[in-house]
Amino acid sequence: MSDALKIEVEAWLDSHWDSDNSRAVGTKSYDQKSWLTKVVDAGFATPTWPEKWHGRGLSSRDARVIEKAFQARGAKGWGRDRFHLGAITIYKLGSDALKSELLYELLTGPICCLLYSEPNAGSDLAGIRMRAIKEGDEFIVNGQKVWTSNADEAEFGMLLTRTDIDAPKHQGITFFIFPMKQDGVEVRPINQITGESEFFEVFIADAKVPERFIIGEYNQGWKSFQTAIASERLIMGQGITARLGGAAAGKAPALLQLAHKHGKLKDPVLRQDIAQALAYRQLNTLNMLRAKEEMMKNGASSLASLGKLAMSRIQHGEARISAKILGPQILLTETEDARNANFDSAKAYMNSIGGGTDQIQRNIIAERVLGLPKSKDVSRDIAFKDIKSSG
Amino acid sequence: MTDFSTEDRDAICETFDRLLADEANEDALRSVIETEAGFDQSLWQKMAELGLTGLMVEPDYDGIGGSILEAEALMEVAGKYLYNGPYISACVVAPNLLQACTDNAVTASYLKKIVSGEAVFAIAGCGASGDWTERPDVKAVKKEDYWELSGSSYFVTHAANATHSLVLANDNGSRRVFLVDMNSSRVASKHQPTDDQTLRMSNITFDKALALRLEGVGENEIQQAFQLSLVALAGEQVGATRRIFDLTIEYLNTRFQFGQPIGRFQALKHMAADLLVDVESASTVARHAARAVASKANDAALLTYLAGFTCADNFRKVAADAIQLHGGIAYTMEHSAHLYWRRAQTGQWLHASSDTLRNLYLSEMEAKL
Repeated sequence: MSDALKIEVEAWLDSHWDSDNSRAVGTKSYDQKSWLTKVVDAGFATPTWPEKWHGRGLSSRDARVIEKAFQARGAKGWGRDRFHLGAITIYKLGSDALKSELLYELLTGPICCLLYSEPNAGSDLAGIRMRAIKEGDEFIVNGQKVWTSNADEAEFGMLLTRTDIDAPKHQGITFFIFPMKQDGVEVRPINQITGESEFFEVFIADAKVPERFIIGEYNQGWKSFQTAIASERLIMGQGITARLGGAAAGKAPALLQLAHKHGKLKDPVLRQDIAQALAYRQLNTLNMLRAKEEMMKNGASSLASLGKLAMSRIQHGEARISAKILGPQILLTETEDARNANFDSAKAYMNSIGGGTDQIQRNIIAERVLGLPKSKDVSRDIAFKDIKSSG
Repeated sequence: MTDFSTEDRDAICETFDRLLADEANEDALRSVIETEAGFDQSLWQKMAELGLTGLMVEPDYDGIGGSILEAEALMEVAGKYLYNGPYISACVVAPNLLQACTDNAVTASYLKKIVSGEAVFAIAGCGASGDWTERPDVKAVKKEDYWELSGSSYFVTHAANATHSLVLANDNGSRRVFLVDMNSSRVASKHQPTDDQTLRMSNITFDKALALRLEGVGENEIQQAFQLSLVALAGEQVGATRRIFDLTIEYLNTRFQFGQPIGRFQALKHMAADLLVDVESASTVARHAARAVASKANDAALLTYLAGFTCADNFRKVAADAIQLHGGIAYTMEHSAHLYWRRAQTGQWLHASSDTLRNLYLSEMEAKL
């Protein structure tokens, strides 16, 4: 099977994808929509899904044959059954009618943004307040989301809303696939501490979403959301293993190169600091490789959840050492090394705060991995409207 | 020197606090760093009218004759607002070096101008290493009745707004202090863009610049000035540390998640309690060092170095953890936390690094062996 498939996909790519210019054969520039349409129509975007849903009903192993051929040519659009969270969630939880209406459009468009966190719902995501109120066969949506990637480009967002304030917080949430390009949706970039703006705030005022765009059941959105977040964690896990592949290429670690370049490798105190930092990084790499092996063998690994926490210590620690290596030069933005070191020390908070703070992460590890008694969430079993809040 | 009561000192600080709250609050800071000068010159003039620029200038020269005790206290207020005027160089270090000069005729007019706000002094204290304790990269050559300076000074704060600078230069094998007019065509200051945008830094290049030597000011007086600047900076760091810590504790009390203030969670409580040790230690040692320097105590140098690295390092630690304790909201430029955190980075290196100060501290201890 896989040999014939390999021949087929390579032949298809050779006749459709101009890898020298990273665009479709016979075109002047890369056009996302038209290229993705070709890939989806050929069944290469979601090969593990059935033909009815634009796939080929292949095993994951065979799907990799397709992905590898695409990757080798730098062709886009592969692996959407692994990485397009919106499409995956609709595929898993949507009715046939919803799939018929949206799947093709989702797969041939940009990825969906994730409208989850709110200013008052960060660590406590189930505390979201964005209201969706039913009016006829649609819902009127009001509220604010924050820390949303790709909100400026996305045509759809996966939206968590509050639909019942009398129920406990987990039981009054409805999950929607939400059309972004409409009146009442305002997207503003966040000016991040690093100087970047990868994330956006999304302000929603009287925007509309059809009732048929509910993912899963009305007021049971927390359950549907768990499915979506599980897919997201899987993607992030794959990201970790991909990055590890790059780091193992036999090059001297960046911190060591920096110290060498600035003639600081003879400083005995710095040597100790650098050695310990490199050790933390290498130990984490080894742990994550072991996690990958365990996941392949047993389908799960408790080690995987340690990686993010370990990475906080690594990144903040390396940033401190980089500053010591550079000395007062780090105060000036003149050199690239100083700019990088300052950027990295700010960026380290992305790991220690983003996607669950270190403090939340430690609770998760203690409770889910070690099985220590769970902290009591005093807001869990009372009506949402009665939960105490600051504002 | 005038004797100030605690009440006098508190009154000066309250006046300064009110002024900064009105005119150098965070909104004002954010807009002033976008201007060319980078600091509020009209506010400086108001400080002069209130007598604050003459805090450490003797009454003979129109000042109010305060000591480092008053300066340290005032800098705690400055730090609270991340005030970014040239106070330490112009009103702490410069007056003390000028008053140490044995030739009163020379220094009197400058001291009076410092008090009136007409003269703003920068201190060009270090070479490329950024370290006041190392030899400068400026050389003085004696001409008839003046000197010529050649070379460069680095990491000079506020040079662009200074009318004059006091330059540490090598003069026949020893360090001496020279007064230079910043408007001279032979003095070129080049702005160095900084990661901490609240503080302006420059390199100054001297090309046979005409200079006046401060007679009677030698290595001892330079060490004195260095200690004064360290104590004043420590005070500033204490004020800033206390402010970002207070903002953080307020946030722990008012930010609700899971139906309760996040300060109820033990992980955050413990971080806050640990930070309080750092905040209070910094506060204690800065004031203690100020008292020791003011009374010329035997262990003044030792305590100054201890205050120097403790206040710098604790500020950075508290500001860094403040970001973590705030979570996502502090991962933005809009939030105050990063301003404190970046200023704390500056403090790790200004005048001398924490590592240098730790070494000096240990050397002072070793002298007791």
